[in-house]
Amino acid sequence: MLLRRLQNIYRLGVKEIFSLRRDVVMVVLIIFTFTYAVYTPAKHALTELRNAAVAVVDEDHSQLSQRIRDALLEPYFKPPVLLAIDGIDAAMDSGRYTFVIDIPPDFEADLLAGRQPAVQVNIDATAMTQAGHGATYIRRIIAQEVEDSMRGGEAMTQRPVAQVVRVKFNPNVQSKWFLGVMQLVNMITLLAIMLSGAALIREREHGTIEHLLVMPLTPAEIMIAKVWANGLVIVIAATLSLKLVIQGLLDVPIAGSIPLFVAGMVIYLFSVTALGIFLATLVRSMPQFGLLAFPVFMVMNLLSGSTTPLDSMPEALQYAMQLSPSTHFVSFAQAILYRGAGFEVVWRDFAVIFLSGVVFFSAALLRFRKTISAVR
Amino acid sequence: MTEPSAVLARVTGLTHRYGESAAIDTIDLEIPAGRMVGFIGPDGVGKSSLLALLAGIRKIQTGSITLLGDDLRKARHRRMLCQRIAYMPQGLGRNLYMTLSVFENIDFFGRLFGLSRGERERHIRELLEATGLAPFANRPAGKLSGGMKQKLGLCCALIHTPDLLILDEPTTGVDPLSRQQFWALIDRLRARRQGMSVLIATAYMEEAERFDWLVAMDDGRIMATGRPEEVKLHTGTESLDAAFIQLLPEHKRRGHQLLVVPPRSRQRQGLPAIQATGLGKRFGDFTAVDDVSFEIERGEIFGFLGSNGCGKTTTMKMLTGLLPASSGEAKLFGRLVDPHDLETRKRVGYMSQSFSLYGELSVMQNLELHARLFHLPRERIATRLAGLIEQFGLEDYVEALSAGLPLGIRQRLSLAVAVVHEPEMLILDEPTSGVDPVARDRFWGLLVDLSRNQGVTIFISTHFMSEAERCDRISFMHAGKVLASDTPRALINSREAGTLEEAFISYLQAAMGSEAQPAAIPKETGPVSSAVEQPPRTGAFSLMRLLGYSRREGMELLRDPVRLAFALLGPLILMIVFGYGISFDVQNLAYAVLDYDQSAESRRYLENFSGSRYFLQRPDIRDHADMEKRLRSGELAVAIEIPPDFGRDRRRGRPLQVGVWLDGAVPFRAETSRGYVQGLHRDYLADLARREQGTEVQVLPVDIETRFRYNQDFKSAFAMVPGVIMLLLMLIPAMMTAVGVVREKELGSITNLYATPVTRLEFLLGKQLPYVVIAMFSFLSLVLLALLLFEVPVKGSFPALAAGALLFVIASTGFGLLVSTFVKTQIAAIFAAAILSIMPTINFSGFLSPVSSLTGGGRIAGYGYPSSYFQQISVGTFTKALGFADLLINYLVLSAFVVVFLLLSLVLLRAQER
Repeated sequence: MLLRRLQNIYRLGVKEIFSLRRDVVMVVLIIFTFTYAVYTPAKHALTELRNAAVAVVDEDHSQLSQRIRDALLEPYFKPPVLLAIDGIDAAMDSGRYTFVIDIPPDFEADLLAGRQPAVQVNIDATAMTQAGHGATYIRRIIAQEVEDSMRGGEAMTQRPVAQVVRVKFNPNVQSKWFLGVMQLVNMITLLAIMLSGAALIREREHGTIEHLLVMPLTPAEIMIAKVWANGLVIVIAATLSLKLVIQGLLDVPIAGSIPLFVAGMVIYLFSVTALGIFLATLVRSMPQFGLLAFPVFMVMNLLSGSTTPLDSMPEALQYAMQLSPSTHFVSFAQAILYRGAGFEVVWRDFAVIFLSGVVFFSAALLRFRKTISAVR
Repeated sequence: MTEPSAVLARVTGLTHRYGESAAIDTIDLEIPAGRMVGFIGPDGVGKSSLLALLAGIRKIQTGSITLLGDDLRKARHRRMLCQRIAYMPQGLGRNLYMTLSVFENIDFFGRLFGLSRGERERHIRELLEATGLAPFANRPAGKLSGGMKQKLGLCCALIHTPDLLILDEPTTGVDPLSRQQFWALIDRLRARRQGMSVLIATAYMEEAERFDWLVAMDDGRIMATGRPEEVKLHTGTESLDAAFIQLLPEHKRRGHQLLVVPPRSRQRQGLPAIQATGLGKRFGDFTAVDDVSFEIERGEIFGFLGSNGCGKTTTMKMLTGLLPASSGEAKLFGRLVDPHDLETRKRVGYMSQSFSLYGELSVMQNLELHARLFHLPRERIATRLAGLIEQFGLEDYVEALSAGLPLGIRQRLSLAVAVVHEPEMLILDEPTSGVDPVARDRFWGLLVDLSRNQGVTIFISTHFMSEAERCDRISFMHAGKVLASDTPRALINSREAGTLEEAFISYLQAAMGSEAQPAAIPKETGPVSSAVEQPPRTGAFSLMRLLGYSRREGMELLRDPVRLAFALLGPLILMIVFGYGISFDVQNLAYAVLDYDQSAESRRYLENFSGSRYFLQRPDIRDHADMEKRLRSGELAVAIEIPPDFGRDRRRGRPLQVGVWLDGAVPFRAETSRGYVQGLHRDYLADLARREQGTEVQVLPVDIETRFRYNQDFKSAFAMVPGVIMLLLMLIPAMMTAVGVVREKELGSITNLYATPVTRLEFLLGKQLPYVVIAMFSFLSLVLLALLLFEVPVKGSFPALAAGALLFVIASTGFGLLVSTFVKTQIAAIFAAAILSIMPTINFSGFLSPVSSLTGGGRIAGYGYPSSYFQQISVGTFTKALGFADLLINYLVLSAFVVVFLLLSLVLLRAQER
C-alpha cells in the first residue's frame, strides 16, 4: 500500500515537472528571478555607504577645507560637488545630495586661533540607509583631517584607552554579501508560493484535478507530488544561483556548509509550497490568488529580517514574525552562509519551519476537497 | 435597405491560418442578402473563423471580403460597419458580464453604440418584452439558464437595430424548448425588420432545415451551398445529417455505417450498479439538483438529457464523490459513495465535460500516466496501451501533444483514458459535444461494444436527441429535477409525441408553466425601432463609450467583494505592518561582556553600554570559545572584551586596548553598531579626562554640527511612511489592472472591443478609470492613517501630494494594463506585474537607498520606472515641506510615463483578433 502511494506520488510529481517544462512563461520567470533579480539589487542597490552624493559649500577656500574635500573618497562618496551657500536648500529638497557640508569663512584661521569654529553637516534624514552611517563617516573624516593638520604631521598622542573594533564574518561590512543571499531567499519564497499555488489553480481551472480525484488517489498524494516537484525545481535553481550568481558573479564567500543550507532549504520549501497550496484552496480564481498571495509574500519577505534587521521591529511584530517560516529561513541562512554555523546552531530553525509546514499542509488538506466543489 | 436578391457579402480567395494549420482554405463565396443563412458542419471546420472574419472580429490574412458594399480590410470601413453589424460569439453568454443584471448588460451595449438614454430605455423595454426576459430584468446574467443567456445575448446584439446579425452556434447546449423559442423569436424579429440578414453557424443539422440558404463546410472548405432542398436533392439524401455525411470526402466517410444498438439481454444481475435516492445539491441559495432518484442496472446504457446548467454535471459529480450531496444518498455497486473509498474508484471510469487530460503531455504519456496511477501490472501496460491505441484509432497521434488534437480525437483519448483500467462502470459527462456526426457515431460504436460485449454500465449525459435515442433508458432533466425517466420509446408514447424532442418539449412545457410561454409580442405593428433612425455616431472618440466601459468595470468591481476588499483594506493593513515593521532604527542590540578584570574601572567602562537604550545585555561570556559560539549562533550582535588588569593598568597609565567584536552578517546593523560603540567609547574617554584631569577636555578643536534635516529625531517612520504609501500605490493598483484585459481575453468578452464601435483608447481609458478612483480612495485612507496612527503629518502642500498621487496611480494602473495587453493568461499577468514592479519599486526607487547612489542597472531601473519620481513627491511633501514648484520635474516625468504606458498599450492591444 505504502509502495503504491509512493509510486503515485512519484508519477504525479514527474508529470508536474513535465507540465512546468512546457510552460515557457514560468521557465523564463524562474531563470529571471534566480539570475537578474538576485544579481542586480546586490550589485547596484547597496545599503551601505557607497557612492553617497555629497556637496560642499566651501566659504573658506583654505588648505584645510581643500583637505577635507579631498578626504571624501570613493567608493564611499561620489566626488564632492561645490555648491553656493544659497543653493543648499534647493539641492537637498530635490534629493540630489544626501549630505551637504558647510565650511564657514575663516575656518582654518579660527581653528588655528583656537576659536573653535563650527562645521555644519546637513543630512537628508529621509535616506534611511545612508544618513546615519554617512554622518558618522563624515564626522570621523573631518575630525581626522583637523587633527592631522593641527599636529602638522606630529605623531598622534596616545589615547589612554584604545578601542579595537573587529567585524566578524564580513570584515569589510559589504552589503552585497547580505543583499545577494537575502534576495535569493526572498525569491525562493515568492516562487515557491506562486508556483505551487498556481499549479493547483491551473489544474482546477482545467478540470484535471477532478480527473485525479476520481482515480484511486488521495488528496495527500496529489499535494505531496506538487510539493516535491515544485520544491525540487526551486532547490535546484536556487542552489545553482547560490553557486553561480552569488559565489561566482558576485564573488561572495560562503562561510558554512552548502549541503546543510540546501537541507534547510528543502525543509523550507516543503513549508512554503504547502503554504502556496493552502492559499490556493482559499480562493476561487487566479486573480484572487494573485491578490491574496501578493501581500502574503510581501510581508513574509520584507519583515523576515532579509530587508531590515529583525530587532528593529516592534516587539509584538517580532514575535508575530516568529510564526513565519521565512523569518527562520533568513535566520538559518545567515547563520550557515555568513557565520559558518553548524547543525547544532540551526536545528531549532529547521524544526520550527518543519512544524509550520506540517500546519500549512494539514490546513490545505482539510480544505482541499471543499474547494474543488467551489470552482465554477 | 438591400434588395432580397442583392449580395450581402462577397468572399474571394480567403485563407486563414493558425500557425501551421489552415482554418479556412481559399474560400470563394457569395452570400445573398436579406436571408437567413446557415453555416453547417462539425466543430473545428472553420465556421467560427469565417463568421468572425465576416464580422470584422478577426483580421483578414489573405483574400478579401466585401460586406454591405464596403471592403472589410479598410479600417475606416470596418469601423463604419460596426454600427450595422451585430455579432454574438459562440458559447453561452461569452460576451456578457455575469455579475451585471439583464438590464445592465443591454444598457452597456446601448452605450457602446452611442444610443441616448431615452433610446436605450425604449429599445431595452421592447427587446425584453419581445424575448420574454422582462420579468428577469434585474437578475444577474450569471444566474440565467443557458437558453435565457442566449436570449439576452440576442437582446444585446439587437440593441442598435443592425442590418446584419451574425450568430455563432447560438443554440448549442440549450434545451429544446428554449431552442424552439429562440428560433421563433428570430423569425418574428425578421418579420418585423424586413431586410435584416442573419448569418448563423450551427452543429444541429435539424435546425439547418429552417434556414433559407446553407453553406456546408468541412476542413476549412466549402462543400456545398444552396437552399436546404437543393443540398438534399444534390446528395440524394432525405435528411441534412445524411446529406452532410454524403458530402464528406471519401476518407472521412470510410468505416461509417449506420450504428445499430443491439438489444440488451434482459437479466438482472444482483444489485443495481448505480442507485440514487432523493439526491440533492445546493450551492448557497441555489438548488442545482433537487430530489433526484434513479437506478441503473449493470450493463445498461443510461442517458441524462437536458440543457446546460440543468444539474446533469452536478449529479454526476456527486456520484463520483467529487461533490458531497446536500441531501439524499447515492450508492455505487451497493456501496455508499465515499470520497475516501479508493476501491470503488478503481471500478469506475469518469470523463468530465471539458477535456481534462494534461494538454502538455503527449497521447502516450497521458495513457501511460493513467495506467501507472491505476497500477496496472508493469508487464501488462505495454499490451494494454497498444490495444487501446488500436481500438480507439489513435495510431497516428501517439506522440502528439494532446492539447493540439482535434476535438474528436481528444474525446477518443479521453474515453481511452477513462477505460484504461477496464472499469465496470463509465460515467461520461457530455462526451460528444462539439464532435462531428461521423466521429460521434464511431464513439458510440465503442460505447455499445463496451456495454453489450463487456457488460460495462454506462451513465452518459448529452443534449443530442439522436444520442438519447440510443440509450436503453433516459431521464429528462430540467432545473435540477428529473422530469421523466423511461425507455425512449415509452417516453415518446406517454406524450403521444412523434419524436423524442417533441416529448421532451412537452414535458418541459408542463414543468416550466408560465416561464415556458412564448412571450407575447405586444406591438406586432411596425419594426422594432419604429422611431426615426438616428444617424450612427461613429466619432473617433466618444466619452459615452469610454464611460460605458468605466461604468461596467466599476459595477463589476463593486460586486466582487473579494477584489474590493483587497483593493481598499489590503493597503491599509500592509501600511500598518510595514510602517512599523520596516525600520532602520537599530536598537536592542544584544551584547555580552567577557570581563577578565572585574574591577571598578572595567565596570565603569561597561556602564555606558548597560545604560544605553540601543543595547541589551545578555549573560556574561565565559571565554573565547563561548564568545565565538554565541556570535556564530547569532545570539549576540556585539561582544566586548576587557583585558585582565584593566583597572590596575589604567591607574598605572599603561596603554590599554578594549576589544569589540561585531556580527557582520547583517552589514547595516554592524555598521550602525560600530557607530554606537565608538560613540560610547568617546563618552568614556571624555569622562575619564574629566575624572583624571579635572577639566572639561575638548576632544576636538572644532564643532561638527550634524543637522538631520526633514527628520530631526532621525526616526524611520518619517522616512518609511511616505515610501510605503508609494510602494502600495504602485503595486496594488498595477496588480488589479494587470488582469483587466487578460481576463476579458480569457472569458471572451474582449469580443465586444472587436465587434462594437468602441476604440482601443476608449476601452483602455474606460477600464482604467474605476481603478484610478479606487486607488485614490486608497491614497486618501493611507494619508489619514499616516496622520492618525503614525503621526506623520504632511508638512508641505497637500494638493501637491494629491496631484502627484493622481498622476502616479494613473501611471501604475496604466502599467498594469500594459502588462495585461502583452501576456496571454491571467497567471502570467500576475507574475509579470509582480516581478516587473516589485524590484524597481522596492530596491531602486529610493525607498531603501537613495537613487542618487545607485549604479549601473539599478540606476537605469530606478530612473526608468515611475516609482522613484513619486517617491520624491511623497517624501518631499510629507517631510520636506515642499510644494508644486519644487517638485515640478517629477510631475512632468510622471506625466510622460502616463503617456508612454498608454501609447505602448495602444500599440500592443489589437483592434482585431488574429
